[in-house]
Amino acid sequence: MPGQTLAEKIIAKAAGQETVTAGEIVTCRVDLAMMHDSGGPRRVAPILERLGAKVWDTDRVVVVTDHYVPAVDAESAHILDTTRKWVAANGVDNFHDMQGICHVVLQENGHLSPGMFVVGGDSHSPSGGAVGCFMFGVGATDMAGVLVTGETWIKVPSTIQILWSGNLSNGVSAKDMMLAACAKMGMGGGDYQVIEYAGETISGLSMQERLTLCNMAAELGAQTGIIAADQKTADYVTAAGGNPGDIEKWQGDADAAYRAVHEFNANTLSPQVAAPHSPANSSGVENHAGQNVHQAYIGACTGAKLEDLKMAARVLKGRKVASNVRLLIAPASTRTTAEAAADGTLATLTAAGAILMPSGCGACAGYGAGVLSENEVCIASTARNFKGRMGPGNSDVYLASPYTVAAAAVAGHIADPREFLNGGGA
Amino acid sequence: MTEPVKEGGRAWLFGDEVDTDVLAPGIYMKGSMEEMASHCLETVDPAFAPGVRPGDIVLAGANFGIGSSREQAAQALTILGIKAVVAKSYGGIFYRNALNFGLLAVTSQADITASPEDRLMVDGEVGKVTNLTTGETWGCDPVPPHLLDMIAAGGLVPSLERKLAAQQVK
Ligand code: SF4
Repeated sequence: MPGQTLAEKIIAKAAGQETVTAGEIVTCRVDLAMMHDSGGPRRVAPILERLGAKVWDTDRVVVVTDHYVPAVDAESAHILDTTRKWVAANGVDNFHDMQGICHVVLQENGHLSPGMFVVGGDSHSPSGGAVGCFMFGVGATDMAGVLVTGETWIKVPSTIQILWSGNLSNGVSAKDMMLAACAKMGMGGGDYQVIEYAGETISGLSMQERLTLCNMAAELGAQTGIIAADQKTADYVTAAGGNPGDIEKWQGDADAAYRAVHEFNANTLSPQVAAPHSPANSSGVENHAGQNVHQAYIGACTGAKLEDLKMAARVLKGRKVASNVRLLIAPASTRTTAEAAADGTLATLTAAGAILMPSGCGACAGYGAGVLSENEVCIASTARNFKGRMGPGNSDVYLASPYTVAAAAVAGHIADPREFLNGGGA
Repeated sequence: MTEPVKEGGRAWLFGDEVDTDVLAPGIYMKGSMEEMASHCLETVDPAFAPGVRPGDIVLAGANFGIGSSREQAAQALTILGIKAVVAKSYGGIFYRNALNFGLLAVTSQADITASPEDRLMVDGEVGKVTNLTTGETWGCDPVPPHLLDMIAAGGLVPSLERKLAAQQVK
């Protein structure tokens, strides 16, 4: 019997088979289905109504409001109201209303654990792979099918390994790793297969940094990203109130077949910046130094978790945001805000002149507060900088790590964050 | 149990990398699905949308439907009456959407040869593509029976509708 990759093992379990082969089509039992206010109830409810069908297992459904929170107009208020009413009418208890961005909230609350087969109604659902589960994004039709039957079909993807060796230098983070991977592999490099991150650098990363890696598997065009669980994963899941189970069970076999292996070295990685309008348009920060910005945005599931805020705080401590820039910070969850308030991070950020925003998707996809005006330039810790995503088509978004976004806020233009970190920690 | 899906129709030929913007152009997103479908593939073959007849088949190269997750890319083809697509490979999300909208999308690595007016037959059950005009045959990946049922029913939602109705009768 040939070795199985981690993703293949999870799919096989969900399909009730011993093994699966890449390219094979199987039907899987879904362990959990996640929806948010934008793609969730308002889109699936009409299909369920047409079918006259009920949710197969309300305990296996999680609903989060994050895209349109807090409501800014009648339309967004209506979307939130629709979501709340659907959740109540269908008896879904796992409802996180205005508690933060779905991918972060899901992990914070222990909903995910290694070996699970999960679907999410959002393109950054690969984030779930950070805890060693197989989670991928589906559209409304697929989601409706899952809600009715508890099953979905899948064409078993092959696995592409991204191997990282070495240690990240001061001022360099998971976001830089992903921008470098996007530059090298391109936005189609993931080819709707699974990206498995491995190697000593990954072992050394925190769970929040691992989330950033898996989150941006979407920018590589992968079906999902995944990281095999280790002790850190087990401890994290337990602390979040979940049950990590037997993590030894959810490791790829040593002789598993990978479609490709891409090797990267963290020792030589410098802070990266993606120029408009693609994450693949990335290169070292030095190539963009001096680029003027109007707004610096620290937000999104990708770049506003507690550790992301701490990175920004290390740059901002004892400094002021430049007068020509506005620094907006939208913590990824209300828990992030509470933790950052408790450990002093928030005070450092606000003392520097940062403007604190509600927890939610905010300006990331152009839905919420903090969008750009004509011809404005923003540097953001978000995942995507497609044309027009954060404002009009002629506005520009540069992507970077929270360190680099904070450095730009202080300098008034894009700058190397390492210049602001001499002397070390916050 | 519905009939195993076999589709036969005239071949429409396309190359590699036909993306979702070509299949469902973003500028028509606000209009009706019928209007969107009338512009399907017009930038690569203006004769396609006006000329397609129900039951026709799309024969394409690698990465058919690559691009965005928009379901309309698959839906547009079904509205025009396309019953099957044969390609070397697909954009992953398009492939899911195609089957969910009742489009028989099969993958074949073979160098299938057909001229524009040739009649093709796709047998998703055994995994065979036949050029009925020339008599040549090639292999393609078979589609599992339960997905063929779903396709025969017209896609995921109609097939669920059928299943649920059957349960109520019982
Ligand atoms: S923060 Fe941005 S990337 Fe994350 S779920 Fe919201 S819109 Fe998507």
